[in-house]
Amino acid sequence: MATLQTRATARFMMSPAVILLFLWMIVPLVMTLYFSFLRYNLLMPGTEEFIGFLNYQYFLTDPSFFTALANTLTLVGGTLLITVIGGILLALVLDQPFFGQGIVRLLVIAPFFVMPTVSALVWKNMLMHPVNGLFAWIARSFGLQPIDWFAELPLFSIILIVAWQWLPFATLILLTALQSLDGEQIEAAEMDGAGALSRFFYLVLPHMSRAITVVILIQTIFLLSVFAEILVTTNGGPGIQTTNITYLIYAQALLQFDVGGASAGGIVAVVLANIVAFFLIRLIGKNLER
Amino acid sequence: MARTITTRRKMTFTILGWAIGFLIFFPILWTFLTSFKTEGTAVATPPQFLFFDWTLENYREVQSRSDYMKHVTNSIVISVGSTLIGLALAIPAAWAMAFSPTKRTKDVLMWMLSTKMMPPVGVLVPLYLIFRDWGLLDTRIGLVGVLTMINLPIIVWMLYTYFKEIPGEILEAARMDGASLMKEIVYVLTPMAVPGIASTMLLNIILAWNEAFWTLNLSASNAAPLTAFIASYSSPEGLFWAKLSAASTMAIAPILIMGWFSQKQLVRGLTFGAVK
Repeated sequence: MATLQTRATARFMMSPAVILLFLWMIVPLVMTLYFSFLRYNLLMPGTEEFIGFLNYQYFLTDPSFFTALANTLTLVGGTLLITVIGGILLALVLDQPFFGQGIVRLLVIAPFFVMPTVSALVWKNMLMHPVNGLFAWIARSFGLQPIDWFAELPLFSIILIVAWQWLPFATLILLTALQSLDGEQIEAAEMDGAGALSRFFYLVLPHMSRAITVVILIQTIFLLSVFAEILVTTNGGPGIQTTNITYLIYAQALLQFDVGGASAGGIVAVVLANIVAFFLIRLIGKNLER
Repeated sequence: MARTITTRRKMTFTILGWAIGFLIFFPILWTFLTSFKTEGTAVATPPQFLFFDWTLENYREVQSRSDYMKHVTNSIVISVGSTLIGLALAIPAAWAMAFSPTKRTKDVLMWMLSTKMMPPVGVLVPLYLIFRDWGLLDTRIGLVGVLTMINLPIIVWMLYTYFKEIPGEILEAARMDGASLMKEIVYVLTPMAVPGIASTMLLNIILAWNEAFWTLNLSASNAAPLTAFIASYSSPEGLFWAKLSAASTMAIAPILIMGWFSQKQLVRGLTFGAVK
């Protein structure tokens, strides 16, 4: 049905979006790559020179890089663990018929719409504050010593906040997947005497596996770049205990003005994200063919 | 389902479901309640849940801060502006991809998606320098531009999945009846596409409203949207819980309501059609 003329029109209609997006992606990326081979500090203008892979060498051998990498992996892994397992359990509950299901569903997805700076500050101050926070009050009413969250468990505190923000996303997607499960299959399994546990592991879980993969991959992409939550709660501290790769590069670029070093770090971050993206793109691409 | 659901089972899940919903929603509810307290009651031990002197003082004070309306305006301009420009760019593109697909359409779509996977920090440095040199730092135009580009792939993808569902035969029929391309778009396609476009718009306003990497890094005061305004409450001297709560409630309430309306589209938009 596509004639030559419509094909030309189609190309014309696509070009603004494609060209802009191409420029948006390629220009800064090439610049980052170029800067990453320069000695380039905004505080010392005029001293720019080509230094080969030195920035990469500094960045990748800096002990704070390994701490940041470990923090990033802990943050992503911890959040995924809470949101995926929590999401599956929540989806199973929300899939059951009960009174006020629609309202509960709205309550559960609400955190996703709260801007990161708000959720971080509300959690840090009003819930996790060691003296006046609600958690401290709960701990005291059980006769326990309140936890000074951001001093004792800084990274875990951030994981909790981020997990609260992403749990609704996981729940919503897993619930959508769960609702497309054929009820008759479950019934048949039930009649054949399959218990609740084996129904879950042999029917429900395999059915949700694709949705779970999608949740893991998409969340990983976003969680690698967690930034605002760290900026407003801990500034990467105490020390560098909550500094992830994103925050490390931000600090190097906009606090130390080390353009070269930050660019090398940026390229490392792009490579890390691409490893995840590779799998995600393949998964979605496969789906597109159906 | 043919299975009988016992009342007891239903009651159990009603209690369980509501308990979970309450727990997850609690931080938002708590913020809402605290916004009506005085600063003294806000930090009181034991915490005051419902029976305190409700006051609107915090809302009055936050709004009377000379710059509050500026940040609200910035948030609206940036989120709505970037979404509208994004739609203007994406509607023709998604239309073309859905209705005259070529062999390369799929590659273009996947490539667009891959731009979304680029961590923002990978392009932070050059973008910051470009913004500095072009005088775009802390301007609304700059932020509108950046947010348009970061959300463009999602807009194209969502529209594409919606347009795909419009049967091509209808377009062919219109063409047979002699409708020109313009007429085809205005009279046939648009009415069928409006719901999809509307939900794409809604979801993207939400995403742009809450975006907190570029807005925090590329704005200081003049163009700072609510995300950055709230972040200014993180300094120790600015820790007034009741006021923070009032400012937060106002910042999230409109978006929360929009989000509730667009919850179905959320799945489609954020999984790029991989889960429907």
